[in-house]
Parts: sequence; structure tokens; C-alpha cells
Amino acid sequence: MTVKNIFISGVGGQGTILAGKVITRALIEHGFDVKMSEIHGMAQRGGSVVTQIRYGEKVYSPVIEKGKADVLLAFEKLEALRYIDFLSNDGTLILNDLEIPPSTVLAGKEKYPENITEFVKNNIKNALIIDAVSKAKELGDVRVQNIILTGALAKVMSFDEEKFVKVIEEVVPEKYVEINVKAFKLGHKLV
Amino acid sequence: MKKEFLTGNEAIARGAYEYGVSFASAYPGTPSTEILENIAKYKEIHAEWAPNEKVALESAAGASLAGARCIVSMKHVGVNVAADPLFTLVYTGVNGGLVLVSADDPGMHSSQDEQDNRNYAPFARIPMFEPSDSQEAKDLIGIALEVSEKYDIPVLFRITTRIAHSRGIVRLGERVKREQLAYQKNPQKYAMIPGFAKRRRVNLEERLKALKDFSESFSYNKIEWGSIKEFGIITSGISYQYVKEVFGDDVSILKLTMTYPLPEKLISEFVNKFEKVYVVEELDPYLENHIKAMGYKNITGKEIIPGIGELSPEIIREAFGAGKAKVYYKPLENLPMRPPVLCAGCPHRGVFYVLRKMKAVVTSDIGCYSLGVLPPLEGIDSILCMGASIGMGHGFKKAYEQEGKESPLVISVIGDSTFLHSGITGLMNVVYNNSNTITMIVDNSITAMTGHQHHPGTGYNAKDEPAYAVSLEEICRALGIKNIYTVDSYDLSAVENAIKAAANNKTEPSVIIARRPCALLKGKGPKGLYKVNQEKCKKCKMCLKVGCPAVQIHGEEIIINPLSCVGCSVCAKVCPFDAIEKAGEER
Repeated sequence: MTVKNIFISGVGGQGTILAGKVITRALIEHGFDVKMSEIHGMAQRGGSVVTQIRYGEKVYSPVIEKGKADVLLAFEKLEALRYIDFLSNDGTLILNDLEIPPSTVLAGKEKYPENITEFVKNNIKNALIIDAVSKAKELGDVRVQNIILTGALAKVMSFDEEKFVKVIEEVVPEKYVEINVKAFKLGHKLV
Repeated sequence: MKKEFLTGNEAIARGAYEYGVSFASAYPGTPSTEILENIAKYKEIHAEWAPNEKVALESAAGASLAGARCIVSMKHVGVNVAADPLFTLVYTGVNGGLVLVSADDPGMHSSQDEQDNRNYAPFARIPMFEPSDSQEAKDLIGIALEVSEKYDIPVLFRITTRIAHSRGIVRLGERVKREQLAYQKNPQKYAMIPGFAKRRRVNLEERLKALKDFSESFSYNKIEWGSIKEFGIITSGISYQYVKEVFGDDVSILKLTMTYPLPEKLISEFVNKFEKVYVVEELDPYLENHIKAMGYKNITGKEIIPGIGELSPEIIREAFGAGKAKVYYKPLENLPMRPPVLCAGCPHRGVFYVLRKMKAVVTSDIGCYSLGVLPPLEGIDSILCMGASIGMGHGFKKAYEQEGKESPLVISVIGDSTFLHSGITGLMNVVYNNSNTITMIVDNSITAMTGHQHHPGTGYNAKDEPAYAVSLEEICRALGIKNIYTVDSYDLSAVENAIKAAANNKTEPSVIIARRPCALLKGKGPKGLYKVNQEKCKKCKMCLKVGCPAVQIHGEEIIINPLSCVGCSVCAKVCPFDAIEKAGEER
């Protein structure tokens, strides 16, 4: 099979790292060769955060080329647009319906683009817009938005649901397993 | 066999464990930090944070002399700090194997330069290995340690950000059983007075000759033959993965893993097969120049491959004529940037607010507080390298003094960890050379930027065990500083008054220690919450000038986001209308 690419973008502190961990471990359970690249450092200070995952029979580069992501999983709207050039023609954008204004906007120096949802609906062939924050709040913990989005991704990519549940049980601290499994299944059903 | 999904850094730590390392030292620096953090988890290995990279390497040199296997890790610029012991350690050689990991940062994701540390290998005459993924990183640590012991020489282990922070599947092994090697006194080998060093210098060339033979037959230096007849590619490290991504098995590749000394016969065998050979390497034309110097005319590289920044498969595709990557969806233009910011409650914020207000020339240093250079604080004039703030502030003042002119207000701003790393000697120089500089140590009681590592001032060591905490005040006093002001970083008027008092002293140097633990340190951050009283707010936007991510403008209204506010009170202190009020004790 050809190598598949999952590009995750978001803002420091949104749980993209845990999502990446769950997805990659589940891919290994599927028997794939997997590589993942993350950039740490200054990005942790509220900056833009990117995780790149590649899987297949044999993976060489840990980074994804522009125009080749099968999925762009964006935890935040502005961060979806920033990396939209990575999405392939038939790729799917999974968009968290959430705006986190950057410091420059909060300080009134720049404007947050208003038309992102419109842009996505009008321009992206395959786009899923998910209000993961509201769904996570309904489940009782806003932090599980990352696993809701992971559930949606698993459905889009036709991954084995049970393998993801198994990995969540392994990597999440015991007292949070139940809500995270619920979050995953909820995200899975949203697609 | 057990498999794990490891970063390059985690794989190196695992390699240190499996291949019998018992001593590890490092100073934190992106992208190298997690190597020692992961090694510290193994009880079989003594792991420590050193105050700087030079001390780390010297400590490892001692442990090696005593027969232990050692690993030292640092970021690329850290090797500059450790270069002094390094160059002579190559002469003395080792007893227990010693590996120095240099984590380079092409593209400068979190560094002040992108120097290519492969150049250190021929300069210092130290053998060098470059892994191309996590599995190789782990395996090569074992080989590097063996080579170090067999050829009596330290080994340079060069990785880059994409190796350090990329994950791949790694097969795990058990820890080898290894006895500490016996120590035998041998000053002719280990005490480098000129008479002994001259002999070791000659002996070094013999060791390098033997290493060259090793490099020729080393199985990780290998040719992968492909079907394309017109040209071949020589590559190493992460660039190998990118070349494979672009060409698959079609192109013939000479993959070099031991990149000093180079396997010249193997290179000849490869180069002679093709009309044209391209060298694909990140940053400097290191391999290219060395191969060209062997006399080959059919070598090219930097003519088509950029020498600045990181490579990627698409850059290589474009270099070989495939054109620009096809982009289906274009990003909207003029998207707001999302630069890193000082966190809500960061104790550095108020300090830079005051410095800007006082129009000080600020020579600063490397750490979270480097972000004080960005808008809206814009409170920094210069950043050079670890520890440079104090020397630069001193030189700046002296230049004016020498001309008989009055210097502007100059303040050297340095963090606690950076001060202990390489600020102390700068301050000693200030006192010794009769300067009246102002040094401000912004003490957040941790090495924060790299993710909260302990240092000799925090009271804990790399294994989280209690340790002696050195006192910054006592160090300054011992250096001869008589005027020391310790203030709370959140108390902006105290910070300002201390600067004024220091500036009024025209004969003696002063140190201001602005102290507050990092707001992200568990249990050490402030407690509470502030809100804007909209009736009192005149929309003057003074509070926005402190650049706190919790202070936000929504339409015309300024609010404090209760989810981000930690209650540091800095915004309340800058508000001229007392419109920012305490809203609670707990978040």
C-alpha cells in the first residue's frame, strides 16, 4: 500500500500530543510501519503546534509533503487554514469548530479571520466540522475534545475501533479511561 | 521481541541503558533535553544536570578515566562551550567508552544559530556517527561505545531536530552485563603537558588511520544499488530518509553513517560508477567538500540543494527538477501569526514592562525571557549566546566611559539557570574591571524554556532527589558585588525602585535579583483571579501592553479570561484607573 499521511495542527495545550500518541499506537496495533514528527521548544508557549504522522508498509520520511495529507485534523480554525496547503485533493479536513485567538489578535493588533467556516464549506471537497468542545462539555470534561476528534479520524480512515479503545485503555490514566473511551465512541459516531 | 515507538532522543537513552552506560551528564537545550531526562529514569545509570556543557564533558572524561561507559548530550551550541575539553580529550583518548551527542537544529526551531556540528569532527579529529532514524540511533550508541573503547577515542554522535523529535518503531534489547574497566595511572596518556601531548598527537593519527579502515568496512556505510544509471546520490542522517522518500529504490545511494573518517575506498567505488554524483545533505557542504577534495570532478550538491534551513522531500524533489509541490488548497492570505508568548502569570512580564518604560538598553540572554524581545514588550536590545548579557552590558558601558560620554541606562538581563551556566565569570569581570553595570537576574527558580529542568540553584538534582541549593546572593557577594537588591518580580514598583537605586550608583556595580518561581511550576504559581471593572475601564489599553494572553480585547471591551488568568496582578498594577480588581482567591 502507499504511505498515508495524517497532519495534526493546533495550539499548545490542546492535547494534540496525546491524540498523536493514541493514533500512532493504534496504527502500530494495525501492523503498520509508523513514523511521527513533532516540533517542541518555543511552540509550547501558546504557539502553533504540528504533529505529522505517516504509516504504511515501509515509511521513510517522518515529515509530510505539501498537497499529500490524507487527513488534516485541525484542533483550531486558524491552524486549519495555516496548514491547508498540506491537504491532498481528495483529503479530508476534520475541523474542530473552535477559535483560539492568538496573542496578536487579543492585543487588538490583528483580526481573526471571520469567514473560515464559509471558506471551508465552499472550498474544501471533503470537510467535517465538529463542535468537539460542546460535545466534550456534555461528556463532562472539556479536555476530551482531542479524543472526540480522534474518534472522528478513526472513522474517516476506517480504522479498527477496538484497537483504538485498547490503546486508550493503555495510555490514559485509569480514572480517565471511561470518559476517554466514551469520547472516542462519540467522535466515531459523529462521522 | 519488545518494540516501542520512540523519539530519537528516547532511543539514544535506551541505547545508553542497553549498552552499559553508567554515567551520563548534560545541560538542557532543545532539541537534546529529553536524552538525559529519559536516562535519569534508569536506576542503573548515574544521571546528572551539569551547570554547563563544558562541566558535563569534563565530568564524563573523569568517569571514563575511571572505566565507566559515559554519554554526554547537548545542543549544537553547547558543543562550542564544551569544545575546550573536547579537542584535548581526543588526544588523551578514553578508558571507558565516551559518546558526545550533539543535537543540531537546522532551521533554528529553537536556537540562535544553525551551525553544522559535523565540521567539528575533522576539526577536532573525532570519529562521528549520524543515525537516520530512531532504531539506528539506539543501535549506533552501542557501536559508538565499542568504537570509543577499541580505538581509544571519544565519539561524536551527531543528530538533528528531525531525528531527535521524530518517532519510529524500535526493537528493544536487554542491558548488557559490563564490568567497570580497571583504572591504571598513565600520565603520559592522560596528563597533557606539551611533552606528552606531542606524542599523543602522533598517536592520534595512528588511531585515525585505524578508524579509517574501520569506516571502510563498517556495514552501516553502505551502497544501495538502484536502476537509474545517469547519477547516484551520497547522503547521510535524516537526508537519507528524504532521498528514499523521493526516489524509492530506483536511485543508487551511498548511505554514510560513519561520516568521519570517511570511507574513501567505498566512496571511490561509488563515485566511479556514475557520470554525475549528487551529495544530498542538510546545511553545510560537509560531505561534498571532503569528497571534492579527494579529487573527483563529477560531484555536485549545493549547486541544487539549499544550504540554509531544513531539507524535506519536496525540496529534494524540486532540486531534481520535479517542480514545486502541487498544492490543492491555498491558505488564506495575511493570516494572523501565532508567535510563542510569555505564559499568563509569567514573572518575566512585569520586569520587561518596567525596562521598556525606563527606556533601558537591555543586553539579554537565552531563556524564556528572550521572548521579551517581541511585541508588545519589546524590552530587549541584544541576545547573543548563553551568558553574553553581562559581558555585553559591561563592554557597552566601557565604550562610553572611554570617550568620556555618559552611557544610556544599560541593564544586563539573565535567567537563574543561565547565570549559573556562564554568567558568573562575566560578573566577576565586571567587578574586577571596575565597571558599574546593572545586572538583573530574573530568577524563576528552574530551567524553564526547555521544560523545567533542575539546576544547582533549585534544591533538586536530575533524579528529583534533594540537593544543595546555591544562593545567587551569596555568589554575587563572593564576587565582590556590594549592592544587591532582591525584589519580587510581580512588584513592579519595587523592580523600578531597585533599578533607580542601582542607576544612581555611579561607581559600583549592582545586581538586582527579581525572584518569582515560574507560574507553571506545580504548587509554586500565584493563586487568584482578576477581572476588569467595566465601569471604571477607560479603554486606554495600558493593560494590553504587558502582553498577557489572559488579557484580551473582545470588540471594544477588555476582559480577563478566567480560564487563563492565574492572578499574578501585573495587569492590575499597570492600570492607571484601578479598573482591574481581584475577583477571587481561587481559580
